[in-house]
Amino acid sequence: MADESARRAVSQIPLLKTHAGPRDRALWPQRLKEEYQSLIRSVEQNKHEDNDWFRLESNPDGTRWTGTCWFIHELLRYEFRLEFDIPVTYPDTAPEVAVPELDGKTAKMYRGGRICLTDHFKPLWARNAPRFGLAHLMALGLAPWLAVEIPDLISKGHVVHRERPREEAQ
Amino acid sequence: MATVEELKLRVRELENELIKCKQQQHNCAVEDAHSQALYRPKIDKMSAEVVDSNPYSRLMALKRMGIVDDYEKIRTFTVAVVGVGGVGSVTAEMLTRCGIGKLLLFDYDKVELANMNRLFFQPHQAGLSKVEAAEHTLRNINPDVSFETHNYNITTMDNFTHFMDRISHGGLEEGKPVDLILSCVDNFEARMAINTACNELGQIWMESGVSENAVSGHIQLIIPGETACFACAPPLVVAANIDEKTLKKDGVCAASLPTTMGVVAGILVQNVLKYLLKFGSVSYYLGYNAMQDFFPTMTMKPNPQCNDRYCRVQQEEYKKKEAEQPKVEVVQEEEEIVHENNEWGIELVSEVTDKELEAASGTVPDLPEGITVAYTIPAEDPVGGEIVEETERSLEDLMAQMKKM
Repeated sequence: MADESARRAVSQIPLLKTHAGPRDRALWPQRLKEEYQSLIRSVEQNKHEDNDWFRLESNPDGTRWTGTCWFIHELLRYEFRLEFDIPVTYPDTAPEVAVPELDGKTAKMYRGGRICLTDHFKPLWARNAPRFGLAHLMALGLAPWLAVEIPDLISKGHVVHRERPREEAQ
Repeated sequence: MATVEELKLRVRELENELIKCKQQQHNCAVEDAHSQALYRPKIDKMSAEVVDSNPYSRLMALKRMGIVDDYEKIRTFTVAVVGVGGVGSVTAEMLTRCGIGKLLLFDYDKVELANMNRLFFQPHQAGLSKVEAAEHTLRNINPDVSFETHNYNITTMDNFTHFMDRISHGGLEEGKPVDLILSCVDNFEARMAINTACNELGQIWMESGVSENAVSGHIQLIIPGETACFACAPPLVVAANIDEKTLKKDGVCAASLPTTMGVVAGILVQNVLKYLLKFGSVSYYLGYNAMQDFFPTMTMKPNPQCNDRYCRVQQEEYKKKEAEQPKVEVVQEEEEIVHENNEWGIELVSEVTDKELEAASGTVPDLPEGITVAYTIPAEDPVGGEIVEETERSLEDLMAQMKKM
C-alpha cells in the first residue's frame, strides 16, 4: 500500500463525505463545496509548512478545472499550467491531470500531456473512493509525479527556467 | 566539340527518358481509371454466387457449410466501437469486411506516427482524427456499411450525454438502439463511462483490453444484470506470470505489439459474430496470456453490492425475469478429488499471509487459474481521518476564497 510519506500527506487533507459525480444534479453542488473546503484547507496547510505548490479553480459547474503548479529546483521556481475535466464516473474514477506544456517531453505521459500515474495511485484511489477528492489527487498523484519528472526534465534540458536562456542552462 | 558518337549517345539517352515519361503518364491515366473502378457500387443483396467479383461469396459460404444459419442477417446489425486505436481500428475493419449494417465510431484522438507499430492506420494519415481516417479507409473497403463518427472524449459531461443518446438512437434504423457496443479503449475512466451508460440503458456490450506490457489481453461480454458489470469487481487482469521485480516500467507508460492487439481484436470480433449470428458458444470472459499461450475462460455473476446503482437495478430486473421463466432443473455433480494415499503428508499451503487475506476479504471474486484482480478493496474503512466540516458558506463564497489564495 501507500508508503509513510503518502500516509502523512493523506492524513492532513480532510476527507469528503458526499458520493456524487457531476451527473448527480441534486448532490453534486454539495460534493463541489466539500472539494473546495478540502482544497482550501490543503493549500492553507501547504502554506503553513512553507510548501505552497499549486492553485486550482473551476468553471461554475465544477466540471472543468484549471490552475498552476510549481516546483522549486536548485532555488529556481518552475511553473506549469495544469488542467483536467471531471469524468462522468467521478469520484469512482480519478480525473486525468494534464500538464499540456510538457506534452511530448517525457515518456511518462499520455496524449495531450496527461500524466502517467504510478501503479499505486489507481488502487489507492479505488480503495478510498469516494472519500478522496481533488486535494488528494494533487498530493498523491501530481506531487510525486512532479518530484520525479521535473528534476529529470531539467537535467536533460527539456525544461528550462524562464529567466534563464537555454544556452546558459547547457 | 561533341563528336557524332557522343551526340548519338545523347539522343539515345533522351529517347529513353521520353519513353519513361510516356510510361509514367500512361500509368497515371490507368490509375485514374483504376481508382474510379476501386469504388465498387453498393450491393443491394448479399449473393452466395462464387465469382471473383462477389465480395461476400466466402462469407455466404458459411451458410452452405452449415456454420451460420442466416449470414445476411449481419446487414441488419449496428455496432458501436468506442476507441479506434490498436484494437478498435482492426475490430472496425473486420466488421466492415464482414458486411456489418452500421458502425458507430467514437474516438477523440488523432493518428500519430507513434501508432505505426500497430495495424490499420498509415503514415500519410498522421494528423487526421482517427475516426475520420478510419471512416475513409473503411468506406473504400466496403461501401455497403453505414458509418457514423464522433470525434470526442466520452467521459466528459456534454459528450457523455450525446454518447448515451447515440447508443440509444443511433441504430441502422434511426431512433433504434445499437445492437452491441464494443469497448476498445485504453483506460479505466473510459471503460467505467461505457459501463455506466450500459447499466443505465440495459445495453449489452463487450469489453476488450490489452495490458500495458503488451503480453496479455482479454475480452468480456457484459449483459447488465445477468453477468458481472465492469464495476462489480476491481479490474480483472490476465496473469502474465512475469516477476514484478523484473518488469521495468521506468520511463515509459505503455508498450504495445501489433500481434497482441490483432489477436485480441480477432477474438473480440469472433465473439461478436457468434453472438450476433448465433453460432458456436459465446465467451463471457476469455483471457489471452501471450507469454505462455494460455487462454483462461470464465463467467462471473454480478455483485449484489456493486457500487453502480443501475447495475443493482438491472440485477433486480433480471431476477424478476428469471423467476417468470419456467424452471429447468440442473443437476450438478461435483467430483471430489481423493488422493488414495499421502504418505509424505503433503498439503497445499496458501502463499498469501493472513494479513493480506484479511485486507482482501469479501472482495476477491472466485477466479479461475490465470485470471486475477488488479488490486483488492478492503471491506472496512482503510483510512480513518478528519472529514470536511459542515459549512454554512455558499459554493460561490468558497470559490472566491480559493481564487484569492
